[in-house]
Amino acid sequence: MSVIAYGAARASLKSSGALLNRNWVAMRRAWILVISGAVESLLFLFAFGFGVGALVGDITLPDGTTVPYTAYVAPAILANAAMMGVLAETSINVFAKFKWMKVYDGILATPLRPWDVALGEVWWALIRGGTYIGAFVVVMGLFGLLDSWWSLLAVPACVFVALAFAGIGLTLATLFRDWVDFDWMNAVVFAMFLFGGTFTPVEAYPAFAQPIVYIMPLYHGIELVRGLSLGQVGPMMLVHIAYLMALCVAGMWIAQKRLAKALYK
Amino acid sequence: MPHDDEILVRAVDLRKSYGEYEAVRGVDFEIRRGEAFGFLGANGAGKSTTMRMIGCVSQPTGGELEVFGRDPHAQGAEIRARLGVVPQDNTLDGMLTVFENLVVYAGYFGIKKKDAKVRAAELLEFVQLSSRSKDQVSELSGGMQRRLAIARSLINDPELVILDEPTTGLDPQARHLVWERLFQLKQRGVSILLTTHYMDEAEQLCDRLVVMDEGRIIASGSPRELIDTHVTKEVVELRFGAAHTTELAELALTLNGIGAQIEALPDKILVYTDSADDTNAALEARAISPTSVLARRASLEDVFLRLTGRALVEDEA
Repeated sequence: MSVIAYGAARASLKSSGALLNRNWVAMRRAWILVISGAVESLLFLFAFGFGVGALVGDITLPDGTTVPYTAYVAPAILANAAMMGVLAETSINVFAKFKWMKVYDGILATPLRPWDVALGEVWWALIRGGTYIGAFVVVMGLFGLLDSWWSLLAVPACVFVALAFAGIGLTLATLFRDWVDFDWMNAVVFAMFLFGGTFTPVEAYPAFAQPIVYIMPLYHGIELVRGLSLGQVGPMMLVHIAYLMALCVAGMWIAQKRLAKALYK
Repeated sequence: MPHDDEILVRAVDLRKSYGEYEAVRGVDFEIRRGEAFGFLGANGAGKSTTMRMIGCVSQPTGGELEVFGRDPHAQGAEIRARLGVVPQDNTLDGMLTVFENLVVYAGYFGIKKKDAKVRAAELLEFVQLSSRSKDQVSELSGGMQRRLAIARSLINDPELVILDEPTTGLDPQARHLVWERLFQLKQRGVSILLTTHYMDEAEQLCDRLVVMDEGRIIASGSPRELIDTHVTKEVVELRFGAAHTTELAELALTLNGIGAQIEALPDKILVYTDSADDTNAALEARAISPTSVLARRASLEDVFLRLTGRALVEDEA
């Protein structure tokens, strides 16, 4: 752990900021992609929240409280939006820059180190994921889906989700050999979206399936965001946060190791 | 060890292996401030690997290496901050325009945006790309991309510029433009380190050079010194029509005693001599009549052929 802390500390804000600047300059001609990602999540919210929600009505939580189904699903879709925005940026875009466009080959000949690259990409993914989250929360508010003051904390909660998936995405980008591998990633992501507690409480699943759900990073993200937006705060939230942060740090560490191994050969 | 500020790079028994394969097998050299230093060798001789180690993007597996008196392993980022690097494949950022490539790259060195823009404009002027500054990198020709890579390597005002095969794959006009720019840099006192498998390039640009073959340095000195030490003043090239390699080897035997040394290549026989006239006379005396005879001054290429004992492999890297 001290190695990680040392490496991360050495990666100055300035150096990772230079990479952030690079991504900004490269992306500013392609803002439409970012906006389309946000729109996609909103469409999900309309389809599931209002379409399906109107049929289901209210849902009774395991602790006995009853909430409108829309209010139950919306935070999960928000967590999903945070995941998708960040994953797209770190996995596919980083893979393209790393293996295909060889952008990091040039960068690592400068004073920037693999840690700076990893950190810069995480910052950038957070900014991109943040735009999705922001747009989504505004819409949730407009539709009256934010029930308590706790729900404002859904935004920082999403940052933990984004951090975890930024780490995971970075590692995947360095592990993947070909575009075909992204099909596997998308399959897993979709499975998490369907079964990670988005639409029903995990307690509704058969006992054997529940441990699998507990491993899913998105499950912890959903529980965290949903708990806060419904005002149900408990000590389990710290477990969710710890799990998400561990994924973030481990993901960044593996990614920078693999970048160094591939490019400093 | 006290560091002499005039020595930019110092290598002692430097080695690099990839598994079983030894790319660099113990090389020693010193590169001094203000000089243009060349690594001459065929593809696979270990030049690029040596460049990458000096550029702190590859870790030596043996021996010692100091760049600016520092340890590349522990102080890689500090060293890279003072280097300019033109890699063989340019590694330009394909998502950025020509101008953005320079300004963004400057950011990696911590140069302020305002200063970076001024510097980028100057450097584009220097490499004659000002009119292309808004173009995407992919729209540039190979020669322009290489010039942009050279401009980029100068963005941090480096103390040493490393160029890995700066003109490989360029057409003659583009090569000459690159040479002119490198020559100007040299005149400004910028220290240059380059690799090449073109002898004329080494002869024109390098103050000192080493010849590498199979991971080792087999000769070193100024181009003139190398020619004087390793080959005779002149070379006579003999061709024998469509004679095969084996026939040439037999023919070479009949030339025994003519000139200082005989070298049979697949397509011709080289006679190293201090007097081409004497050699021609000797050929006539033995009634040997090649289909063509070319007498010329010895070049670095002859040094290379003589030292490595084989023709240079000129395939594209």
